[in-house]
Amino acid sequence: MTNPNNPNVISRQSKIDDQEYKWGFTIDVDSDVAPKGLNEDIVRLISEKKSEPPWMLEWRLRAFRLWEKMRDEEPEWANVEYPSIDYQDIIYYASPLTKDNDRPKSLDEVDPEMLQAFEKLGIPLNEREALAGVAVDAVMDSSSVTTTFKEKLEELGIIFCSFSEAIQNHPELIKKYLGTVVPYSDNFFATLNSAVFSDGSFAYIPPGVRCPMELMTYFRINEADSGQFERTLIIADKGSYVSYLEGCTAPIRKKSQLHAAVVELVALDDAEIKYSTLQNWYPGDKDGQGGVYNFVTKRGKAQGINSKISWTQVETGSAITWKYPSVILQGDNSSGEFYSVALVNNHQQADTGTKMTHIGKNTRSTIIAKGISAGKAENTYRGLVKIMPSAEGAKNFTQCDSLLIGDQCGAHTVPYIEVKNPTAQIEHEATTSKVSDDQLFYCMQRGVSAEESNYMIINGFCRDIFKELPFEFAVEAGNLLRVSLEGTVG
Amino acid sequence: MSKIAASEIAFIEHFDSFNSMMTSTQPNWLNQKRADAFTNYRTNGLPTGRRGNESWKYTDVRDISNTAFANSSEDLITSITEKDLLDSSHLNKNWSTLVFINGVYSSSLSTQNPNDGIQITNIKDALGSHGQIIERHLGKYIAPDDDPFVLLNTAFINDGAFIYIPKGIASQDPIHVIYFSTSETDPTISHPRTLIVTEEFSETTLIESYVGTPKAKYFTNNVTEIVIGEESRVDHYRLLLDNPDSFHIGTTVVHQEKASTFSSTSLQKGAALGRHNLTSTLAAPQSTCNLNGLYMTTGSQHIDNYINIEHIEPHTTSRLYYKGILDGSSRAIFGGTVTVQRGAMKTDAQQKDKNLLLSREAEVDSKPALFIYADDVICGHGATAGHMDDNSVFYMQSRGIDLLTARRMLIKAFASEIIEEVKIDSLREYLEDLFVSFEDELTLLQASSI
Amino acid sequence: MLEVHDLHASVGEIKILRGINFTVKKGETHAIMGPNGSGKSTFANVLAGRPEYTVTKGEVLLDGKNLLSMEPDVRAREGVFLAMQYPVELPGVRYNQFLKAALDAIREHKGEDQIDIRAFNQLLKEKGDLVEINPDLMRRNVNEGFSGGEKKRSEILQMALLEPHLALLDETDSGLDIDALKTVADGVNRLQDPEKSVILVTHYQRLLNYISPDFVHVLIDGKIAKSGDHKLALELENKGYDWLRETIPPVSETSGESAS
Repeated sequence: MTNPNNPNVISRQSKIDDQEYKWGFTIDVDSDVAPKGLNEDIVRLISEKKSEPPWMLEWRLRAFRLWEKMRDEEPEWANVEYPSIDYQDIIYYASPLTKDNDRPKSLDEVDPEMLQAFEKLGIPLNEREALAGVAVDAVMDSSSVTTTFKEKLEELGIIFCSFSEAIQNHPELIKKYLGTVVPYSDNFFATLNSAVFSDGSFAYIPPGVRCPMELMTYFRINEADSGQFERTLIIADKGSYVSYLEGCTAPIRKKSQLHAAVVELVALDDAEIKYSTLQNWYPGDKDGQGGVYNFVTKRGKAQGINSKISWTQVETGSAITWKYPSVILQGDNSSGEFYSVALVNNHQQADTGTKMTHIGKNTRSTIIAKGISAGKAENTYRGLVKIMPSAEGAKNFTQCDSLLIGDQCGAHTVPYIEVKNPTAQIEHEATTSKVSDDQLFYCMQRGVSAEESNYMIINGFCRDIFKELPFEFAVEAGNLLRVSLEGTVG
Repeated sequence: MSKIAASEIAFIEHFDSFNSMMTSTQPNWLNQKRADAFTNYRTNGLPTGRRGNESWKYTDVRDISNTAFANSSEDLITSITEKDLLDSSHLNKNWSTLVFINGVYSSSLSTQNPNDGIQITNIKDALGSHGQIIERHLGKYIAPDDDPFVLLNTAFINDGAFIYIPKGIASQDPIHVIYFSTSETDPTISHPRTLIVTEEFSETTLIESYVGTPKAKYFTNNVTEIVIGEESRVDHYRLLLDNPDSFHIGTTVVHQEKASTFSSTSLQKGAALGRHNLTSTLAAPQSTCNLNGLYMTTGSQHIDNYINIEHIEPHTTSRLYYKGILDGSSRAIFGGTVTVQRGAMKTDAQQKDKNLLLSREAEVDSKPALFIYADDVICGHGATAGHMDDNSVFYMQSRGIDLLTARRMLIKAFASEIIEEVKIDSLREYLEDLFVSFEDELTLLQASSI
Repeated sequence: MLEVHDLHASVGEIKILRGINFTVKKGETHAIMGPNGSGKSTFANVLAGRPEYTVTKGEVLLDGKNLLSMEPDVRAREGVFLAMQYPVELPGVRYNQFLKAALDAIREHKGEDQIDIRAFNQLLKEKGDLVEINPDLMRRNVNEGFSGGEKKRSEILQMALLEPHLALLDETDSGLDIDALKTVADGVNRLQDPEKSVILVTHYQRLLNYISPDFVHVLIDGKIAKSGDHKLALELENKGYDWLRETIPPVSETSGESAS
């Protein structure tokens, strides 16, 4: 296959072009921006800007003081490399300015520039034009911009609002659940988030209610030099069901930006939460310049009996991804799922996977992870399946498949299996390969172009994950895959 | 840590006296190597802090570091007889056998039947006759070279087996090396070192047995280096049969040249705390390694297998198959890593680890990892853990087989995949008997368990 | 329509085809027979452009165009179809979606519009009935979990759907029971028309009981050792291949016989 004069060859040289990141524009809105750097005053400022009650400020300060002591504990075990982050060179609070310097009360008060911007991202916030069956909370930099379909949801007793609003209007729920799944002391980035988190989404589904539409939060980093530290909390009360979607983009910036979010999910008896993510933060340019550092702590607690938490993620963006959406399987018969596609190209690095901690009896977990590496990128699956002594009859099935495109990238699989109960059944399988010449030839022999054949085969490789996504998201995931693969087959 | 571990003080004291004794008898290059190793060892000491220490994540060596081991004597302990060897190992008088007691060579218990220019001797003697070969290979393939136990072994190199197979020679019978450990009052430590060098187109079968006096408290810290020449084959059997009160940390490093084959069977039944680091480096095209293992743990045993397979060049193949049977409150660790270096195209690597948990308190931690930097490869791994299948037991019972027999048959079936692969008839039979004695210890097979 | 001149091809260092000369006219059916390792499968795969084969010498013209300079997908769009001996599995790729993509690519090449999804489903059903294939397969992943017979039927279905000018059937008969063989042969026979040509690569004469070729060629050691009409196939059935080996002149002296 190396003879350039031999026409009887499919050229599979990886030709890495500057692929277009079509979400890379900046939105021109006025912002209220805090000075760079982090200290106690900034934490107080954030809390004050949001008119938070004293207990919330107290919680933030406890986290901040702990974080100061953790300065040497920035995680180093992940298979990613990046220059050390100067935490004093980051803006911790930036909020799009509105007329009253307050959150808009209705859509009419939202800056038209911003409405246009979200429209451009494919997220119309106007309810008349809004995505059918999807309620959206749009978050730009540190603030929630607006939430659609609120009234309709309220009729069913469903609370879906920004985190800031929830602190004001539903303090009893926040106090009861905040930090119960991811304590503020959990890890370096979660502690940082606990101190400075600005906004995010909150959802509560009352007992027995099946949420009739998808809830969606769209995250957008806009301000230069700002970090994004959102916090999401979803509570599914007994017998309820909710499907929640999250999408994210950022403008092209030469300098890397930090995103350190925390997501907590709580599922009570017989409740189910399905959480889907399309992560498309700016990945940096082809030389690895810029891009978002995506250091996220996501964890769900399947607290009640028969409860279920399912994570589905399609990760194509970010310069560096460090995230392990996990499930604590506490309730008897509870189940946890993790479906993931992580695609890295150029100089992207991803270290992602999950942690399934089986505590309750007859708990089940399923992990299907598909990693795709191209260009000079490094992709690591890291996962832990832990069976505690109490988890009688626990079962896990894990399948990790990696696909390499080109000879300059890496694909790594690092599972940890810890079994402390003999009645558990654990099965783990992993494979690593490339798109085979035979597969490519077969498609091309039927008339399909090399690029399309490659996309078709890789899309097929991801099918088990895409089918877990709501329909619109599945289509979008396919498109993201196509864009991210551009130029990987010549 | 303000308090210096008991072992640490003993190591420092011993090294000074040992070093001054060896300096006059060992060649300069070896003196230098030992001194460097001890300096490096002192930098980090034993791996007590396990946080962030990936290679010792699941194994706590505090029991070792808190013990002040008596320095093994330079003199041979003559009280150990052939009967002790027969009781503890598969002693076969027809094979060339090298016996070391606490790391000291016993010529009277050893049998040497060298032929065709094959060298089967101890390192101490070989330093005179084959000094150049030893200098060329000893310590050359250990990577990374910062493992504290390997550094300790190198610092205290005194003796061990040396086997050299010249070009084109196939050794007829297996070569058996027995490392026998014992102690009287204080716990002892020994650091046996084994070096096997095979030239091209040769074939060798090697058995290493690690055994000891029942109830004796000792720590065997061995390092074995195997260099396999082009188109050569080494069949390696490693039997960890140390007594259940002992500590065993072993490292095997294999360096493979072009089109060579390394087949290894590692059987682990002994030691209170046992660890085997096995690194096979497929350093040239067409080389192959097949690694099989069976660990059987009872009581409060802790057995850790830490395996690295390095695919450096294209067209190399590796197969790993380890199985574990765990009883009592024992714990087994399997850490198997396959690394495929950039450019090592057409690598074919498969690893499998299966565990059978027979008691409530037993624990297994399995970590099969793949690090892959080349795209044209086929790599995979699988790991399972579980208990005995009730349906199978019931099926057998429904055919008239009693419960204990059914269980025994199923446990035996689980192990037989590994044991049946043993090619030396007498050794396989020995291992089958050994397995029966292991089954006899299992709680589930006691009449009282029904 | 197909002209092959002095074709040499190898895999790595191993020379497999050593000078093939061969012509197929419109509407003709040719059978290529030969012992294992004679290069007959290589020949079919080289025509389709399988990347592991390197053409070291020679020329192939399809309707006067240089076939060897085309990528495999362009050859397919120009009307070359290879029914493969071992059709590969495409995990996660849906059978019907795959075939629609293929048909659309070929139609686009001809300057036609993409096929309407309903018309496509109808067409797929018709062609499926033709080869008596289980319709459930079309909702599965390509070739995944297909039995040996299903894979072969599926190849013929694809051929019927894509309507090639030149169909290459690589050992399509191997591993088929007699019923499947008849169905497959039936599918091939229905495809025959004065504009289309077929090359059958086969080890056994059996398939030729159902498909009557206009010409039979015997390939031995990478060269055509003998050509004839369908009677040659029967002769081979009785006498095997060994008697032909002596008739090949040494490799260095000639560039091989011309067929048809």
